Amino acid sequence: MTIFEKMMAIDRRWVFLLLAVVVVGTYAISFQIPIRINSEVRTIYEFVDKLKPGEIVYLGIDYDPSNQAELHPMAYAVMEHCFRKNLRIIFCTLSQYGPGMVDAAIKDITDSLKLDKTYNGIDYKGRELVNGIDYVFLGYKPYYALQILAMGQNFRLPFPIDYYGQPLDSRPMMQGVVNYKQVAVVIDLSGGNITDAWISYGQGRFNFPLALGTTGVMAADYYPYLNSGQVLGLMGGLLGAAQYEKLADNPGPAVDGMRIQVFAHLVIIAFIVLGNIGYFTAKRRRAKEGK
Amino acid sequence: MKRQIPLVLVLIFGLFMVIQYFIPHESSEWIYEYLLDWITIIGVFALVLGIWSLFKVNYDKISQRKPDRGYSLVLLISLFATMFFGFFAKVDGSWGLHFSTADGLQSYMYRHAYEYIIRPIQSTIFSLLAFFIASAAYRAFRARNVLASLLLAAALIVMLRFNPYLGPLGDYISEAANWLLNVPNLAAKRAIVIGIGLGMVATALKVILGIERSYMGKG
Repeated sequence: MTIFEKMMAIDRRWVFLLLAVVVVGTYAISFQIPIRINSEVRTIYEFVDKLKPGEIVYLGIDYDPSNQAELHPMAYAVMEHCFRKNLRIIFCTLSQYGPGMVDAAIKDITDSLKLDKTYNGIDYKGRELVNGIDYVFLGYKPYYALQILAMGQNFRLPFPIDYYGQPLDSRPMMQGVVNYKQVAVVIDLSGGNITDAWISYGQGRFNFPLALGTTGVMAADYYPYLNSGQVLGLMGGLLGAAQYEKLADNPGPAVDGMRIQVFAHLVIIAFIVLGNIGYFTAKRRRAKEGK
Repeated sequence: MKRQIPLVLVLIFGLFMVIQYFIPHESSEWIYEYLLDWITIIGVFALVLGIWSLFKVNYDKISQRKPDRGYSLVLLISLFATMFFGFFAKVDGSWGLHFSTADGLQSYMYRHAYEYIIRPIQSTIFSLLAFFIASAAYRAFRARNVLASLLLAAALIVMLRFNPYLGPLGDYISEAANWLLNVPNLAAKRAIVIGIGLGMVATALKVILGIERSYMGKG
């Protein structure tokens, strides 16, 4: 076997090993990489940033722990931005493993919001988030398309009580909030078909502003909806989360994770280039030898 | 009658759901909400049937001592343990029924099963994808012909679009990636979405008009 043929047939365990070394190495060595912002994420950030205090954002945490690495930083970035702007959030999950993640995220953000912080030159005083006043968590119900349709009629139809067992009517924040008409924007973070349901059954029927956060591999599927104006913005994968964190001047796990992703991509590209060099050189040699 | 009644019901409700979309009247909305409740109720029956089917298939495997019965045993134990801790919780030192209450949801076992079993398992399996994708990309992305070369070029451009170490070249790559996503990708995706939409309308019409009857168990 010539060296070029070897370049085409590297044992996959070497690929795994090198990728693991790069991922662990870039995770262990802390350094920042510049993040470029694209317009799809900027429109979401600017839309949220321009909302008036007290307005309501519906945040759908519609993903499982398998997508946590990509989508959880997005959720944290959006939540912190909304709460610092004194917006109110309706949390809901249409994914069966979602409730535990939402509950934990709310607790984390509640702790973070107690601290005074400065973002983009603006000082935000720390405050205590109050369940039922600053946010409600509706909980989880199966059959996502049905729940999206039902919430369009009244949030109380699928969720007469919230995740914590309190009647929705007893929550001060929900006084006068009937359906999507009282919601300024729906931001759906999802790693599956729930995104399609939000477009078809939610935005298509009730015509509310819809922003999406998806996994990296899904993002390309939603450009037609972005282009048609059905979706106001799109955050794709860890990169989308990192861009939101950067715009919000609140670097977190996404910005931190981007250096790992960039170098992991470089390893993959290096292997692809190596394989192609081997392929073309071996092909040329075979042609010269008249095989 | 066994065939006619379901066909008539599908025709009536199918047509109603189409027509009500265009009638924003109170009575239309009321019937629509009423039907949504029905769908939820039917969905709950399906859930019960699904759990029963899951139980039966795995119970049969264990009782017939099939070779992979160990997995079935783990599945059934996990199923019933999760259900048990979802319904019952130990609050203030005593066990009780706490379904859908704040106390029940904070149940030690229920939360820990989620935090320390489901979350790590799901995250681990998904993380392994990175390694398989790297290996698959190395083997599959070969410029063997024009189409494969185009695919390879597009993949490289999209992967490199936000790489900060490319200097001025990075801007061009970023623009090229945006063009790829907003023009060829968008055109192809839009064609697929429109095609799927038309297919769904055609299938729905076939079901409503009784031409497609496979949902009744026979073709």
